[in-house]
Amino acid sequence: MTTAPARSAAATRTSTMAQALNTALHDAMKADPTVHVMGEDVGQLGGVFRITDGLTAEFGPERCLDTPLAEAGILGTAIGMAMYGLRPVVEMQFDAFAYPAMEQLFSHVAKMRNRTAGKLPLPITIRVPFGGGIGGVEHHSDASEAYYTHTAGLHVVTPATVADAYGLLRASIASDDPVVFLEPKRLYWGKSEWDPTAPVEPIGKAVLRRTGRSAVLITYGPSLPVCLEAAEAAKAEGWDLSVLDLRTLVPFDEETACEVVRSVGRAVVVHEATGFGGAGAEIAARLTEKCFHHLAAPVLRVTGFDIPYPPPMLEHHHLPGVDRILDAVARLQWED
Amino acid sequence: MTVLDHRHTAAVPGWLPGATAPRTDPEPLLPDAAPVRVLGTPALEKTDPALLRELYRRLVVGRRYNQQATTLTKQGRLAVYPASTGQEACQITAALALQQQDWLFPSYRDTLAVVSRGVDPLEALTLLRGNAHTGYDPKASRTAPLCTPLATQAPHAVGLAHAARLAGDPTVALAMLGDGGTSEGDFHEALNFAAVLHAPVVFLVQNNGYAISVPLTQQSAAPTLAHKAVGYGMPGRLVDGNDAPAMHAVLTEAVERARSGGGPTLIEALTYRVEAHTNADDATRYRHEEEVAAWREHDPILLMERGMRELGLLDDQLVQDAADEAEALAARMRAEFHAEPELDPMSLFAHVYAEPTQQLREQAAQLAAELAAEAEVHH
Repeated sequence: MTTAPARSAAATRTSTMAQALNTALHDAMKADPTVHVMGEDVGQLGGVFRITDGLTAEFGPERCLDTPLAEAGILGTAIGMAMYGLRPVVEMQFDAFAYPAMEQLFSHVAKMRNRTAGKLPLPITIRVPFGGGIGGVEHHSDASEAYYTHTAGLHVVTPATVADAYGLLRASIASDDPVVFLEPKRLYWGKSEWDPTAPVEPIGKAVLRRTGRSAVLITYGPSLPVCLEAAEAAKAEGWDLSVLDLRTLVPFDEETACEVVRSVGRAVVVHEATGFGGAGAEIAARLTEKCFHHLAAPVLRVTGFDIPYPPPMLEHHHLPGVDRILDAVARLQWED
Repeated sequence: MTVLDHRHTAAVPGWLPGATAPRTDPEPLLPDAAPVRVLGTPALEKTDPALLRELYRRLVVGRRYNQQATTLTKQGRLAVYPASTGQEACQITAALALQQQDWLFPSYRDTLAVVSRGVDPLEALTLLRGNAHTGYDPKASRTAPLCTPLATQAPHAVGLAHAARLAGDPTVALAMLGDGGTSEGDFHEALNFAAVLHAPVVFLVQNNGYAISVPLTQQSAAPTLAHKAVGYGMPGRLVDGNDAPAMHAVLTEAVERARSGGGPTLIEALTYRVEAHTNADDATRYRHEEEVAAWREHDPILLMERGMRELGLLDDQLVQDAADEAEALAARMRAEFHAEPELDPMSLFAHVYAEPTQQLREQAAQLAAELAAEAEVHH
């Protein structure tokens, strides 16, 4: 089990997740000349979320490339660049705008290492601003992680803190496997103190954000702050909740998740994506298979409804909030 | 008279750059009115006789390769074979036009081009035999895996060529496509990216008349497929795809143009798929025998023989040598493909990721246990 590293006071800084991601791209490009950033509006504008701000100015328009507006073409071109030895970092402007690139992702990015018996690995990082809660109109708020987690050959990473945004993006770019890097849009502007000199953690390690003895909330990305808030509110009900931040969906850190679940005996998986066939279903099933005799109640799920993403004025009814999480915790068969 | 009739004379306010004229002159990008031909034209005499002999030899060997692979499907030795019979001139010249450092991006019908590049048939045909997805080393052979989802390899060729250009390497990428593939979005995105990035890439469309059963008239309303180049700002070339010296000339020119910094080219080669789509297809359901017969008269080997005979280049020795080489290849294919391939079920887990995940390790252990139980039963 990994816990958050201790920070050295001298090196820490306070910034937003967006700034930490920008710093990660900058540092990765500086450290490795084969790292190329590409996507729509990533150059002069610095990306619609400004994650690539200043990269063209520092590294030139070829290292931070404004591409034509065609997602399959962007990812397909990145594949060819990776075949020639480059390490492309592709920005998909929004979650739902990544869908035209799915064939390139499913049929080539995820499979190239496998279909060439390891001869052609594709070290591509695909950054996808994802999820809702920012008041976006339709096609700007999809929680699309299950499309990626269901595809063998991809790593799926999603940071929930400023420090992880930096560390996990550096680790993803350094990975020789393709990584879908899901950036929770609604956490872009949250500020926090972090240490850019802290050792980069490997992808695939979950971390306990809160330790409690009653039950564990298992979550990732945009739902972490909601779960921490729910855990705080649960104290009033007499529940002392753990909160596990998965950080990486593929590979799934089953060892850490099982260890926590076995120790507390009750678990709720929380994500904002639709529930049916979602990542939470897989996690709940695995935990049940592996921890059955340690469980005092079924592993429950709290998710968005099985509906297309709602208009922004209704999105708060869809997204799991503190109350929906506490309702689930209340159903963990405390009387038995 | 409508308001639109004034459009040629009315001056558009100058705030929009290029609003009053095309931004670049489309004329030099347009394909020739008729397909480029060398055989049966005065250009033949100017072609290097050594090249003509080489093309003839490769055509004969290529035809035999197609016949043998087709036979292997009937014997159950290949799972499926999309033959390039009738398209051999396109296949062999695609390989011949490239230098060693160049990359080929083939589709599933282009195994002859892959073999012509020097990849062993046993390795080139693993996909169609069914024992492995890609049997050759793409990096060592600078040949991308055979691509099944149509035109999706075209942007890969663009990206590789772009990366090579950024590195200052004299490397060109050649993507092979079919007429059906030109309808796919990836084809259009690849052409657009190639032109915008000025990538050293050549797109070779083998227009063989049919996308499985659908004829070109239902695939495209463009004047020619080569015209599609103009919309992206690159030259389009139209060539007789069964005229091997013409194919070689057009391809070589486009490849060297790309290599010297001239940017991408789209080539439409007019050819014909003499066989059905694959051995599993029945072409009599969608085309007439008269049409096939007419194309058999415009066969790449027949045309080549006729042209070389006129120049006195088709001597008995050449014919015999080519036939011997073809038979030797066929005999080797028969021998090699009749042996059962070695299969390693545990390799299914070896290359999903650089390091297998915990879940994959557990699944590999499960399969190993199943294999052990099977072995126990057989024992």
